[in-house]
Amino acid sequence: MDWVNIILQGVLIGGLYAMFAAGLSLIFGVMRLVNIAHGDLIVLAAYLALVVTDAFGLNPLASLIIVVPLMAIIGYALQRLVLNRTLGADLLPPLLVTFGLSIIIQNALLEIFTADSRKLQAGSIEIDSIQLGHGLAIGTLPLIQFIVAVALIAGLQVLFYRTAFGRALRATSDDPEIARVVGTDNRHVFALAMALSLAVVAIAGVFLAVRANFDPASGPARLIFGFEAVIIGGLGSLWGTLAGGVILGVAQAIGAQINPGWQVLAGHIAFLAVLALRPEGLFPKVQ
Amino acid sequence: MGAPFRVEHATWSSRIGLALFTVLVLALVAAPYWADRQQLRLLAEIFSYIVLASLWNLLAGYAGLVSVGQQAYVGLGAYVLFALTILAGMHPLIAIPLAGLAGAVIAVPVALLMFRLRGHYFAIGTWVVAEVFRLLASQISALGGGSGTSLPVSVVISIAPGRQMREFVIYWLALTLVFAVLALIALLLRSRYGLALTAIRDNEPAARATGINVRRIKFAVYVVVALGTAMVGALIFLQKLRVSPNTAFSVNDWTAFVIFITVIGGIGRIEGPIIGTIIFFVLRQSFADLGSIYLLMLGAVAIAVMLIAPKGVWGFFADRFGWQMFPLARHVVPLGPSNMAQAELQS
Repeated sequence: MDWVNIILQGVLIGGLYAMFAAGLSLIFGVMRLVNIAHGDLIVLAAYLALVVTDAFGLNPLASLIIVVPLMAIIGYALQRLVLNRTLGADLLPPLLVTFGLSIIIQNALLEIFTADSRKLQAGSIEIDSIQLGHGLAIGTLPLIQFIVAVALIAGLQVLFYRTAFGRALRATSDDPEIARVVGTDNRHVFALAMALSLAVVAIAGVFLAVRANFDPASGPARLIFGFEAVIIGGLGSLWGTLAGGVILGVAQAIGAQINPGWQVLAGHIAFLAVLALRPEGLFPKVQ
Repeated sequence: MGAPFRVEHATWSSRIGLALFTVLVLALVAAPYWADRQQLRLLAEIFSYIVLASLWNLLAGYAGLVSVGQQAYVGLGAYVLFALTILAGMHPLIAIPLAGLAGAVIAVPVALLMFRLRGHYFAIGTWVVAEVFRLLASQISALGGGSGTSLPVSVVISIAPGRQMREFVIYWLALTLVFAVLALIALLLRSRYGLALTAIRDNEPAARATGINVRRIKFAVYVVVALGTAMVGALIFLQKLRVSPNTAFSVNDWTAFVIFITVIGGIGRIEGPIIGTIIFFVLRQSFADLGSIYLLMLGAVAIAVMLIAPKGVWGFFADRFGWQMFPLARHVVPLGPSNMAQAELQS
């Protein structure tokens, strides 16, 4: 029964990893850009939520009303003012610029909030749980988090394949030149995609902040978890990303059970194993 | 009868460059006679960064392999050095090349795996590898686990009995390494492999179309760079006398700074990392007291350079004035009848 419990907790954490991954995967899909600062933006969102909850005395989950639009605006501006200028055939500029951005965000957060680790308090919801019998229990908060992750992936799926905006995103992804010819403003579409990505990042950041301690240096690890979920799941597949997050979460939970020092390592090993055995990921998008 | 032209590498600026370079070499070899302890340590550190940045430049600037995980090999080199000297009782000066060898051997499976990731994902993949190495290193209890370990006195005095001589030896090792790596890169770039690498840098599909085996060359560059990086890592931590997973596999120290150096100096040119390292150390000596603000500035400068002058400081000047420090460029010189006889004598 212990193992069932461990795997269940791993699955629930996987929802959070899928949220980290969804924003990353979206940007890569639309403009072939890997945002090295992705993890630091998640942590930035966590700090924004901290400021908002402190200032207005809101519940962390309610702070989403402010943090999500704020991050989306940051995303739009970032893409319009900086990242659009780096896009092109050369892979180097966007990579190095987002890398520089990562260092800037980390050190700015360090300067403002110090290196102390912080956490958001969500009240009794944090310790509530649902009894499943046979000694199994699910925490209410991890469950909410997982449901939000599933809803988020489903929402993105609908947005991508059922709306005009999704069509514009897919068109610029498939062929930016032709998309421009038929009247799409690529720079605007890219900026909207980044806004959407950072809106997802905001949700991920708030859930991260409620679930665990965070500090200005916790960004890179979130980037790596998100990236691993993307690759395990298979590029270009949103549901695959959710599966990738779940596999990563379960691998980490099992690793932690064997030896606390192996939690993160077990996740990396799962990632490397998938890369070695099925480099296209477990659930690649069917072309 | 040869073709009516020959290919020259040198230009007037590269000849001046080489002459200045020779003077500089002599001054640096003699540094223990004119520099104090602190200056020597600083110089050795500057050399280490020139080597790290030059190797990263070869990897990212020429072969197009943008790795943000080279700290994997710095740390690996350091840990192999500590393991060989502490656990196997080996002399540190023999352990340094062996650390390089270990880096190359490990790089082979890593490259096979990482080359499956394309473009930007390769970058994060290499970071994961570095994290795996860091987590594994913190599991080695014989080397202090997560908190690391120091070199025992017996190993330290085996380099040289006196402290002063020990510092000289480490300084000269760093100097040797920087010249060896720069000379090897210069020779490599002058060879036909260098021509292939330059072609890959300028236009990968076109390079492939002319029959260059791009994958094989990238693979070779990755392994050679790992070898060099692991040797520098071993040397850096031999000077520090202490290793821990977080310092040896630090992404800030061994990758972020190295990337800034290369980008600011000029990526894709052999001079870039040297100029970048000088700028980096001038900035560090002047502003490092500002702590995180200084790092923030560094990030902003790198972004500004990438947006405004993507070829960096050296690229900016080299393009305008045709400067080069090393005789690497290829100039086709048409031959008159008298020149032609000379060219044939030379060939």
